[in-house]
Amino acid sequence: MQRRFLMEHPHPQMPFGRRELSLNVTHACNAQLIDTANTGQTDRSFAPRSLLHRAAMNASDSDDDSYNERTALVQSENPVVPSYRPEPDVNPPSDSPPKRSGVTRRAGPAAMDGGGGGSVGGSDQDVDADDEELTLKIYTPFTENTPSVGRRLLNSVLNTIIMISVIVVMTIFLVILYKYRCYKFIHGWLILSSLMLLFWFSFMYLGEVFKTYNLAVDYPTVGVIIWNFGAVGMICIHWKGPLQLQQAYLILISALMALVFIKYLPEWSAWVILGAISVYDLVAVLSPKGPLRMLVETAQERNEPIFPALIYSSAMMWTVGMANPADAQRSGHETDEEAEQSSRGAQPESRQSRAIPEDDLEEDRGVKLGLGDFIFYSVLVGKAAATGGDWNTTLACFVAILIGLCLTLLLLAIFKKALPALPISITFGLVFYFSTDFLVQPFMDNLAAHQFYI
Amino acid sequence: MTAAVFFGCTFIAFGPAIALFLFTIAREPLRVIFLIAGAFFWLVSLLLSSLVWFISVQISNKDSAAQQKGLLIFGVVLSVLLQETFRFAYYKLLKKANEGLLALSQEETMPISIRQLAYVSGLGFGFMSGAFSVVNILADSVGPGTVGIHGDSQHYFLSSAFMTMAIILLHMFWGVVFFDACEKQRWWAVAAVVISHLTVSCLTFQNPEYVASLVPTYVILFLMGVWAFYSAGGSLRNLKLCLTCKDKDFLLANHRPR
Repeated sequence: MQRRFLMEHPHPQMPFGRRELSLNVTHACNAQLIDTANTGQTDRSFAPRSLLHRAAMNASDSDDDSYNERTALVQSENPVVPSYRPEPDVNPPSDSPPKRSGVTRRAGPAAMDGGGGGSVGGSDQDVDADDEELTLKIYTPFTENTPSVGRRLLNSVLNTIIMISVIVVMTIFLVILYKYRCYKFIHGWLILSSLMLLFWFSFMYLGEVFKTYNLAVDYPTVGVIIWNFGAVGMICIHWKGPLQLQQAYLILISALMALVFIKYLPEWSAWVILGAISVYDLVAVLSPKGPLRMLVETAQERNEPIFPALIYSSAMMWTVGMANPADAQRSGHETDEEAEQSSRGAQPESRQSRAIPEDDLEEDRGVKLGLGDFIFYSVLVGKAAATGGDWNTTLACFVAILIGLCLTLLLLAIFKKALPALPISITFGLVFYFSTDFLVQPFMDNLAAHQFYI
Repeated sequence: MTAAVFFGCTFIAFGPAIALFLFTIAREPLRVIFLIAGAFFWLVSLLLSSLVWFISVQISNKDSAAQQKGLLIFGVVLSVLLQETFRFAYYKLLKKANEGLLALSQEETMPISIRQLAYVSGLGFGFMSGAFSVVNILADSVGPGTVGIHGDSQHYFLSSAFMTMAIILLHMFWGVVFFDACEKQRWWAVAAVVISHLTVSCLTFQNPEYVASLVPTYVILFLMGVWAFYSAGGSLRNLKLCLTCKDKDFLLANHRPR
């Protein structure tokens, strides 16, 4: 991944400039809720949390305290364990150490402070910073900042159990609401969630972007940008709008949600959660008493759509008005699959998958995919990009997920009923992530070092 | 080592391939799917060859540099052979899938011909191969640094970009020739494709003597291009008609499978 160095304050011993001064200024101005992960790194002059940490930071390389794309996303620390990643390459290329160092140095203090089982441990400066972390610490209270591998694994499994049970409970709640026709409640919930995503999360994201690239932007400008972005988004998603714009907004909010997951879920927990949610998806959609299957059948009995605002459709959206007719000729996509996602932030989430055989609407031959599936695909690829180390892993995950989706659509064409979209793709994605990271990466690094081509 | 190098090398490496993709593949979702599937097959072949290489490295003597280099060369050769095997496997799968697609879509003609599939799958292989070879190098070309400060060649980025472009186009030509040879059961042509792939990879063992590796690669690229052109049904007459805008089939722009 890229690193940027501004030559503002050239350190006499370091060949590259340091950005710490400008970063500290902007960080002091920023709302604390935006990012907690890097207070430990950039706030060195404000918060003497641990002298040992500071000494280590001072003595470290110049790229250790740069606030870049990687450190903006990753926050938990690796345990001090013997490396179980094999290192066969005797002569690593000169480009790999900077990437790896970005992986190993994290915001230790922030994770350690927030790791007190949900309590606001640590010094007073962390109180505000931990507010944002707290909302996710409710769901993942077991810290991953432990030195033993087994303990960390256990903690991540426990975190996963908590998250999945939250998701199950919310799904059942939603199914019950739908069964008893509380449509107003559901619509209000959805509108609130999309409001929060479009305004609050995008504001946070914009703040992160400005911090990373060290841009100074005033609040009125940000206000105008966020207001326009959010208002058009609400109109497009919940009312009428051009199809492309609606698709773009749905993709954007899925990506924002995925970024929240990538940033605030601890590393191993995220991988275990991805695995567990595909199993849950499989069970919930295919088993006869699964909540998603009940949702599908209820909607089919009543012959009505399921919350079209939360479903990505590749062709015309048949309940939301069209500003221009979409091109309905898409070869080969004759079957549909739906899944939906009611987004979260402070609220827990639920998601369903279903498919509606669209025989009565002849123009709607597109494929429907739920936003929840988009979110978890994005979490996989985003985690691979943020922590995997190099671009080969990201590309491999990307292709694997696409192929999983193709296979799922193929199965859909064969079986013509509701199918879970997650299991095949996430399985492929996980397999390829770990195998590319451990097996392909050293091979390709060696080849690149000698400039051999295969 | 700046944005100029990054953009220049990116466009050198991926320019022709992206242009081909945008003009011929991007509008047809079926072709995009088969492109991604081709990329996936290349990825699986790479995974298998990395697995074998990895195991062989673990059981070998890690201190001997000569042995490591020998194992790497073995890895390269194995990878090339596996790639061609997976190309053949993809061909078999596509033949079966074509029949299935025909049954599914209830049309009389096949929605995509085997020649289009050859082109698309070759390009898919090429994209993935090129991307895996060069993306990390491109990512590092943005950052600060000096190329070749320890005595290595200063043309590392540029030569990598040119080699990648050659490899991507070569994969596309190999795909066309390979599928055509499999269709007509001409096994000598299949062997020629495999041997030329091996030759190109073995030529890169001479890096950083770039003249010795790049020039023969481009000669092979040109020859394979001509061969692919003829095996795809092109001829001098077609070429003349196309270039002087007199080719009625092309002008009508109906994508009838041949």
